[in-house]
Amino acid sequence: MSKVKTGIGRRSFIKSVGVASGGLIIGFNWLACKRATEEGGEEMAMQMPDEWFELNGYLKIGDNGIVTIYSPNPEIGQNVKTSMPMIVAEELDVDWNNVIVEQAPLNTDIFTRQLAGGSQSIRQGWESLRTAGATARQMLLTAAAKQWEVPVSELTVEEGVIKHKGSDKTMGYGEIAKAAAQVEVPEEVELKDNDNFKIIGTSRKNVDAKKIVTGQPLYGLDTYKDGMLIAMLVQPPAFGMEFKSMDAEKVKEMPGIVDVFTIDTYPEDMEKEWSDVAAFSKLVVVVGESTWQVMQAKKELKVEWDLNPKLTEQIQILEKSAGMAGATGLESSDIHNTLMAEVGEKKSEVVRKDGEPEKAFKNAARVIERSYTCPFLAHNCMEPMNFFADVTGDKALLLGPIQTPEYAEKSVNKRLGFDLEDIDIQMTRMGGGFGRRLYGHFLVEAAVISQKMGKPIKLVYSREDDMTNGVYRPAYHVKYRAALDVNNKLTAFHVNAGGIPESPLFANRFPAGAIDNYLAESWSLESNISTGAFRAPRSNFIAGAEQSFLDELAEEMGQDPIQFRLDMLKRAESDPVGEENDYDAKRYAGVLQVARDRSGWNNGSSSQSRGVSAYYCHNSYVAQILDLTLEKNEPLIDKVTCVVDCGIVVNPDAAKNMVEGGTVDGIGHALYSEMTFKDGAPQKSNFDTYNLIRHKQAPKKIDVHFIDNGIDPTGLGEPPFPPVQGALANALYKATGKRFYKQPFINELKNAGSDLKT
Amino acid sequence: MAEFTITINGKKQTLDVDPTTPLLWVLRDHLKMVGTKYGCGIAQCGACTVHFNGSAVRSCQLPISSAAGNEITTIEGLSENGDHPVQKAWLEHDVPQCGYCQAGQIMSASALLKKNPSPSDEEIENAMNGNICRCGTYTRIKAAIKSASDSQIA
Repeated sequence: MSKVKTGIGRRSFIKSVGVASGGLIIGFNWLACKRATEEGGEEMAMQMPDEWFELNGYLKIGDNGIVTIYSPNPEIGQNVKTSMPMIVAEELDVDWNNVIVEQAPLNTDIFTRQLAGGSQSIRQGWESLRTAGATARQMLLTAAAKQWEVPVSELTVEEGVIKHKGSDKTMGYGEIAKAAAQVEVPEEVELKDNDNFKIIGTSRKNVDAKKIVTGQPLYGLDTYKDGMLIAMLVQPPAFGMEFKSMDAEKVKEMPGIVDVFTIDTYPEDMEKEWSDVAAFSKLVVVVGESTWQVMQAKKELKVEWDLNPKLTEQIQILEKSAGMAGATGLESSDIHNTLMAEVGEKKSEVVRKDGEPEKAFKNAARVIERSYTCPFLAHNCMEPMNFFADVTGDKALLLGPIQTPEYAEKSVNKRLGFDLEDIDIQMTRMGGGFGRRLYGHFLVEAAVISQKMGKPIKLVYSREDDMTNGVYRPAYHVKYRAALDVNNKLTAFHVNAGGIPESPLFANRFPAGAIDNYLAESWSLESNISTGAFRAPRSNFIAGAEQSFLDELAEEMGQDPIQFRLDMLKRAESDPVGEENDYDAKRYAGVLQVARDRSGWNNGSSSQSRGVSAYYCHNSYVAQILDLTLEKNEPLIDKVTCVVDCGIVVNPDAAKNMVEGGTVDGIGHALYSEMTFKDGAPQKSNFDTYNLIRHKQAPKKIDVHFIDNGIDPTGLGEPPFPPVQGALANALYKATGKRFYKQPFINELKNAGSDLKT
Repeated sequence: MAEFTITINGKKQTLDVDPTTPLLWVLRDHLKMVGTKYGCGIAQCGACTVHFNGSAVRSCQLPISSAAGNEITTIEGLSENGDHPVQKAWLEHDVPQCGYCQAGQIMSASALLKKNPSPSDEEIENAMNGNICRCGTYTRIKAAIKSASDSQIA
């Protein structure tokens, strides 16, 4: 058992303890709980309590023992709405069947880091969630001890029932909740030993699953309120352009149309948050009674656009320096590719240098050099961007899908001038996030539109608006060089990485630390195309590139690709080069070794083409081995073996789902997806031209294993995404005899055509 | 605007809307039945799938004028208590991640099983290929369909 300071101040607690509610009965999902399933799947009804008692901001207990746990973080499909309350319930010692989960609103007084991003919800919430449960448990025990006039040390608790050892008296949490709410908050509480976990580490069903499969309202786009109008936007057709003028008179006469006007989401003098990324601030807004009517009106609206001199100036300078005369500042993918291949590297800066890489390269018997690149990507959350806003007087109610409610609140505070306490942000379940909803311009836009209309509105992006609005995954480029001596031994390693508008380099990650002579350089080129975090930022490209290069290097050196990596990791573990290495070589090697065993790597009898990859990011380690066969130049992925070290796994089956999904997502984006530009205009605006992986293309089997090491949990939402791209590229090489350097790989596969050894 | 009578989940409804309005927006905006999702508006993602006289169709491409007079089933009406074999299989396999596409996936899967109670892997992939899941739950969807097909032998 470990003791922790509770750190939960009085301000966290609701002072009035009796929160009335009716004696409602709600249907309870029989599959939500393990026990009920075992009993044969009877639908359970749950009697709602007459009174609730808030013990702390994370939970309240009903007079009948039912517990409501608030899930603090936004739910984007990573399943924190189930796994975070599981952690609270564990330390509270309640029967999970008696738990109701509710999404907490934004409340910075009670919760810390209410953000979905960086795969950090469980890692950073781990202690506070446990402490919240343990604190409430301690208060319940204290109250029971007082009532029975016995020492607390003589009490035990199991599944919400307190028992006194000496007298065999028992009492449910519901009976003592009212008294417990009056107990002083303990300054210190004991947390359970991992061995005593009863909920953590057991699979529990998604708490929203029944609502999802029966079509109940859950998502921002499902919001319908009395008197609510629908607002949609018309944005410039190309990056680098801005609004000039419009003729809206006819459109205003169309059926159901209420108003047409422009807004300025982020005026120039407004101090922006990091999350206020938006390529287009001045937007045309069409407001009407129904979505279809507004969509029709948008088509009829005549808007003129102009070059935005501020946004195009910097690009002109850049392109002229690249010898591309006549550039307008409207960017195109072919120019991007030339810039990245020919110009970027000239701007490189050294980020890390170990030993004497220049000398080693000069003395090399052989130098292997390869370059890799990837395109911009749109996030394409299945639920397009949207937000509900009801701004009246000096108060704003904002409801919808947002990964960064805390920052969005600050943005609204600055944009509308309202006090933070007058801005109420409520989070809905999100139809995907992937980083896109970190950037809450749509929330600010909704607030500005509602204020202007003086009415509640729901802002809705069409798929086309969503896909052409920017905030893309940046385009990246990396060049690797390896120096080999006459004995075919690796003597130096050089990585030079950059992109538009940021570099994907992680200079202190593997293979840094494993090579005496190491050089890492970085560069970036500016752009007026807006970009942002996309599932596993930077790792989502550089992992695949690095792991492809290591594969090619192992082959050049005549070594098994797994053993080659393991030997390097052994060096990094026993005699690391440098002190800044940010990975644990032993854990890294661990996932590779298990993947080798689980996939039968050394048996070598498979008729499929097989590739391996392993990567560290978001504090977790993932190794993947991918088997594929080619059919008419289309890869059929037979199996992916995934081994993950993310420490303690809170909800194993859900975690497995996350690894499966990340694997499919990583394969899909490396193989099929890209966003391209011509004269600033996105060349794809819907799923007829923008390819996302589909059923037929998904792996037939995904085998997931977790390393059981009892270490506190680390990231899981992002880590399975990056490495599989390397495993895919390496398997494609085995299948085709060609190395794959440019994402999406499907283009190279098609171009290769009959050259392939199928 | 024009008046239409439409049967949704066995219930007759009369509405006064623009005849070009897709069934998707009639369901969502006019009837506040939000289980049918908007994903692309061009029949490419399958999030808006409903049953039209028993077959899976994309409601974003079905104008109310064509839907009227036919039997429409939405996710809300697939079963009375959310206990259609496909829904149960989805819960057993804990399929959803974000969950947004899943109503459409379930409507495609249930239409498939109605016509073909024991589909092969290839038949499942063909029937489901029009339904995108950005979270990548495809392997679980297939496993759930297989469970439901086993349990649904008439």
